[in-house]
Amino acid sequence: MELTGDKAKAWLLNFEAKIQEHKAYLSDLDQAIGDGDHGSNMARGTEAVKVNLEKIAEPETAEVLKQAAMALISKVGGASGPLYGSAFMQMAKTAKETTDIHELIEAGLEGIKHRGKADVGDKTMVDTWAPVVEALAKDALTNEAITQAVDATKPLKAKKGRASYVGERSIGALDPGAVSSGYLFTALVEEVLQ
Amino acid sequence: MVPVFKAKEDKIMKKIINHPSQVVDEMLKGMLYAHSDFLEGIDETRVIIEKDKQPTVGLVSGGGSGHEPAHAGFVGEGMLRAAVLGEMFTSPTPDQILEAIKASDTGHGVLLIVKNYTGDVMNFDMAKEMAEMEDIQVASVLVDDDIAVEDSTYTAGKRGVAGTVLVHKILGHFAHEGMALNDLKSLGDALVTDIHTLGVALSGATVPEVGKPGFHLGESEMEYGVGIHGEPGYRRDTLKPSREIAKELTGKLMSEIMTKKTKKIGLLVNGLGATPLQELYVFYNDVIEELAKYDVEIVFNKIGDFMTSIDMTGLSLTVIRLDDDKRTVALEAPVGVLNW
Repeated sequence: MELTGDKAKAWLLNFEAKIQEHKAYLSDLDQAIGDGDHGSNMARGTEAVKVNLEKIAEPETAEVLKQAAMALISKVGGASGPLYGSAFMQMAKTAKETTDIHELIEAGLEGIKHRGKADVGDKTMVDTWAPVVEALAKDALTNEAITQAVDATKPLKAKKGRASYVGERSIGALDPGAVSSGYLFTALVEEVLQ
Repeated sequence: MVPVFKAKEDKIMKKIINHPSQVVDEMLKGMLYAHSDFLEGIDETRVIIEKDKQPTVGLVSGGGSGHEPAHAGFVGEGMLRAAVLGEMFTSPTPDQILEAIKASDTGHGVLLIVKNYTGDVMNFDMAKEMAEMEDIQVASVLVDDDIAVEDSTYTAGKRGVAGTVLVHKILGHFAHEGMALNDLKSLGDALVTDIHTLGVALSGATVPEVGKPGFHLGESEMEYGVGIHGEPGYRRDTLKPSREIAKELTGKLMSEIMTKKTKKIGLLVNGLGATPLQELYVFYNDVIEELAKYDVEIVFNKIGDFMTSIDMTGLSLTVIRLDDDKRTVALEAPVGVLNW
């Protein structure tokens, strides 16, 4: 399926709304195994995305993704900023060649892995992105599949990022980055795939 | 507006602020009003830079806010050229770091001093890549002095904490003396392997925007091995006398530093934000008595708040190997900064 510029804009505006709605929840999740600011950082970043996107009258896919990347890189900070920023930067680059959703999200996943040097099973946002990419390859991305991927981070022990300092104590907690990524893909399902 | 903020759980967070989201910017403005004789800001950024830039390698450091006086308090002649302030406990973003790098370069390159936290590492790396695209020579030294965390493939590695300030001072001195970028980088890489830190906390830090402490300790509890953002440490215990805390921290740090044939050391007792100076000295007394067990000479010390964690109660102890007298000379050299 193609990601048109209009759809890309609608997707990211929906993502912003979801982040604002669940800001406190994301910070609470982060408090358990990190430093408790994932909600406020993502809220600040997605709000900047919204400001950038609202300036674009005739959205074009690569430009929308690039504007999102720039806003996230310059406004989120922490680890999530470079990770989400690198994801959208890779997607923006790929969008110049193709606007196929599966290929775009796959490029985003590569961007995250490259920047964060994390892999599947490390209890990071990669654990949401990787199953989503697989589902998109089969044209089978649903909200259930997303929820399942996010929930699967619960029993994992964190090996990357600040949560890795908690070690065993991270087991049983959801990864905040995996959850915020879940909102990103739920927004994709709602705005683009349905 | 009533100057108290309802935190979650309906507890009132008492802080002298106007609004949680304005703390960093207002603090920055206050610093610049107070110290405009030798510090300045860069418009549209949260960078503090020295006004008078010598034609030498510029040292740039930074990180989340909440660690004051780190890092802006160490900007000035003989230490950092610029500090980049992030949101509270959140790494600054690459565009901001890039501005600091550009403003700090006098054609001799820029050395980034980065604390080993995932966010800081990624943001400084991105900024470094951006600066290289603009043909600025950039190198970085990663500080990972906190021995509370095991360095393994299963963690993000040892954290960078209070020992970072000693790296600023020593490398700042050599940069001031005109040392080249590559030599500073080699010196820094070797230096960080000789600095070890451990911290304890009696209470967590409250990030204004979160409104409640990052972790909760019971009335008679303490935590060994906390990081500077309130990351949990390696053991929670009942509150111990200073002497016992000194014994545990000194023992672990000395066993690390004595893996090399160390004869001379320096000590840094660092308050985490809400610990009275008198307690830091009580603790220092215990550390010195504890060190009598070891065949080492203490040739340098610093006691005070250098790398805090907002309002955390607790302290950290840093031991640095000073067998090379050049390091001691660098630590003792006069500087023109606010908080050394």
